[in-house]
Amino acid sequence: MSRAETVSASVQPRPLWTLGLFRDELRTTFRRWRTLALLGVLAAVPVLVGTAVRIETGDGSSGGGGGGGPAFVSQITNNGLFLVFTALAATLPFFLPMAVGVVAGDAVAGEAGSGTLRYLLVAPAGRTRLLLTKYATVMVFCLAATLVVAVSALAVGALLFPLGDLTTISGTRITFGEGLVRALLIALVVAASLLGVAALGLFVSTLTDSGIAAMATTVGLLITVQILDQIPQLHVLHPYLFSHHWLSFADLMREPVHWEDLTKNLGLQVLYAAVFGSAAWARFTTRDVTA
Amino acid sequence: MAPNETDDTTTAGEVEEPRAGRRKAARYVVPVTVMGVAAATIGLVPALADSGDPDLPDITAAQLIEKIAQSDVERLSGTVKITTDLGLPDLGGLESGLLSGAAGGEDGEGGSSADPSGRLTELASGTHTLRVAVDGPDRQKLSLLENAAEYSLIHNGKDVWGYDSASNEVYHATVDEADAEERSAQQPPATPKDFAEEALKAVDDTTSVKVDGTAQVAGRDAYRLVVEPKQSGSTVGAVSIAVDSETGMPLKFTLTPSSGGSAVVDIGFTKVSFDRPDASTFAFTPPKGAKVTEDTEQDRGHGDFGGKPERGPKSEEDLAKGLDGLRMLGEGWNSIATFDTGAGAGLPTEEEAGDLGGFLGSLGDQVKGDFGKGTVFSTRLVNALITEDGKVYVGTVTKDALVKAAEAGK
Repeated sequence: MSRAETVSASVQPRPLWTLGLFRDELRTTFRRWRTLALLGVLAAVPVLVGTAVRIETGDGSSGGGGGGGPAFVSQITNNGLFLVFTALAATLPFFLPMAVGVVAGDAVAGEAGSGTLRYLLVAPAGRTRLLLTKYATVMVFCLAATLVVAVSALAVGALLFPLGDLTTISGTRITFGEGLVRALLIALVVAASLLGVAALGLFVSTLTDSGIAAMATTVGLLITVQILDQIPQLHVLHPYLFSHHWLSFADLMREPVHWEDLTKNLGLQVLYAAVFGSAAWARFTTRDVTA
Repeated sequence: MAPNETDDTTTAGEVEEPRAGRRKAARYVVPVTVMGVAAATIGLVPALADSGDPDLPDITAAQLIEKIAQSDVERLSGTVKITTDLGLPDLGGLESGLLSGAAGGEDGEGGSSADPSGRLTELASGTHTLRVAVDGPDRQKLSLLENAAEYSLIHNGKDVWGYDSASNEVYHATVDEADAEERSAQQPPATPKDFAEEALKAVDDTTSVKVDGTAQVAGRDAYRLVVEPKQSGSTVGAVSIAVDSETGMPLKFTLTPSSGGSAVVDIGFTKVSFDRPDASTFAFTPPKGAKVTEDTEQDRGHGDFGGKPERGPKSEEDLAKGLDGLRMLGEGWNSIATFDTGAGAGLPTEEEAGDLGGFLGSLGDQVKGDFGKGTVFSTRLVNALITEDGKVYVGTVTKDALVKAAEAGK
C-alpha cells in the first residue's frame, strides 16, 4: 500500500515537475557550445547563398539561368523574401537534419556516457516523462534551427535585395504580407518535417551509452536514406522514406496551395515519430542504466 | 525511485521479478503494433474509401455519347493526374536533360524554357500532375506541377502567357479576340475531355461501344463508357472513359493495351469543381526581372499553342499528313499509315541523326518478309516498321499486322 501512496504522491507535483524538467533540459541543450555552433552554421548558410547570388548577378543580369541550383534561386534577385525559401530548400536535405540528428542522438546517450543519466533518474520524474521531455526539447530545437535559417535569410534578403509583392510559382501575385505569412507556414512545415529524424535519433540514442556513436549512427542513417531516395530502382520504397516528401513545402507557394504531398509528408513524420518514439520508450523504460 | 528501476507508474503493484523479462518484451509490442496499424491503414484506406460504385439510372451508350457531346461545361477548376507508359526506354534524367538543354539553349535558337511547345512534350512519359482552370472561352489556365516549381500556361483575353517559375522565364504571345474562339478549341489536350473526344472520333463500325457500370471519380458519380476495337490486331485493348453523370464531362480516360499490363495512358481528375475559378487565377503580370520572350510571329504562336502532343488513336494520321505519298492501309483501329521516305535506304535516321540514329537502330527488332528486311520499333501503343528500301509503316497495330501489311503492299 505504501507503494501506491508514493505513486499517488508523485502524481501531485507532476505538471510543475515536468515543466521544471523541460526548462532544465532546454537550458542545458541551448547553452551547449555545440548547439550554438550548429545554429551559427545554419545562420551562415543564407548569408553565403545571398552573397553568392548578389555577386553573381551584380552586373544586372537576372540570376538563375536555366533553373539550376536550389529551388527558387532564380527569383531571389527580384525579391529578397525568396531567399528564405531557397535557404530552407538548401538546408533541409542535409544541414538541418544533421543538426537535429546531433542533438537528438546526444539526448540520452550523451547523458549516459557522461554518467549524468542516473542522477536524472533519481528524480521522481519517471523514465517515460524524462523521454518525453527529451523529445520535446529536440522538437523545440527543430523549430529553433528552422527559424534561425528563416530569420537569417529574411535579414540577408532584406539587406541585399529588394522586397515587395511577390509572384507565386503558379504565376499569381500576392502581397508582401501574405508572402511573409507563407514564409512562416513554410518554416513550420520544415520544422515538422524534421520530427521523423528527431524520433529516429532519440531511439538510436537509447540504444547506446556513447553519444558520439548515436550521433554518427543517426547522421549515417540520414545519409543512407537520402541515397536510397535517389535510386530509381527502389521507387517502391520511396514513399516510406522520411525524406521523400521534404521538398513538398514548396507546394505552399502554389496558388491555390497543393496539399496532397504536404499532408503525405506530415503524415509520414507523425508515423515515424510514433514508431520510433514508442520504440525508444520500449527500450528506455526497460534498459539497465549502469552509468 | 532507484536508478535501475523501470518506470512503472502504469503497472504499479503487479510487478514481480520473474515477470520483468516478459514485460520488457511486451513493451516492444507497442512500436510493432503502431507499425502494423499504419501498414494496415495505408493498405485499407483506399479500399474503404472506394465506397462501391454509385447507383445511377441506366443509360445507353448512344445517350451517353450524346451527353458528352452536349456537355457545355464553361467553368471548372481541378487537378488532373496524367500517367503515360508508352513502354519507351526510361531515359530518366537524360531525357529531361536533353529537353532542358534544348529548351534552355538561351539565345541559340531563341528558345525559352517558358515556350509552351517544348514544355508540353514532357507529358509524354511518366506521371505528372496538372492543374486546370477554365472560365469561358477567353480564360484558361493550365499548370504543370513540378518539384518546387511550376510551369503555367495562361490564356486571358488576347494574351497568352507561359511562365516557368524554375528559371523565371516568361513567354508571351497575343491572339486576336476573333481568334479566341477557335483557339480555345486548340487547347493542348490535357484534360480527360480532350482525349475522350479524340477517342470518340474513332468510333465507327469497327468499334464496339458500351456502358460498363458506374464509378466514382474525384468524388463524383460517373458512368463508365468502354470503347473497344472489334478487330484483332490492334495494340489498343480498350479505352475506358468515366463520364460525369451530372454534366456529361469526361472525368477519366484510360487506354489499356491489348497486350495487357498497366494502362498506356491514364488521365483523370483527382479533384474537380465546376464553380467559377477566382479571377485572380488568370491574372498574370511578368514578375520583376523575369526574362520575357515575345512571340511576334502570329503563325508560329498559333502552331505552338495548338501543337498537340500527338497520342490519340488517329495521331499518326495527323502526324504524317505533311509527308508526301502518305497512304492509309486498312480501316478503323487497324489502319496503318505508310509512306516512302524516298531515301531508298533503310533507317534514314541513322545518317541524319548520327549517333542517335545508331542508338535508335539498336532499339528496334530486325524482321524479314517478302518485302525484304526491316526494322520494327515498338512501343506499347504504336509500332513502326521501316523496311530497307525506305518504306515506313506506322500504326497502333501489332508487329505481325505491320509485317503483313508490308508484305501485302509489296
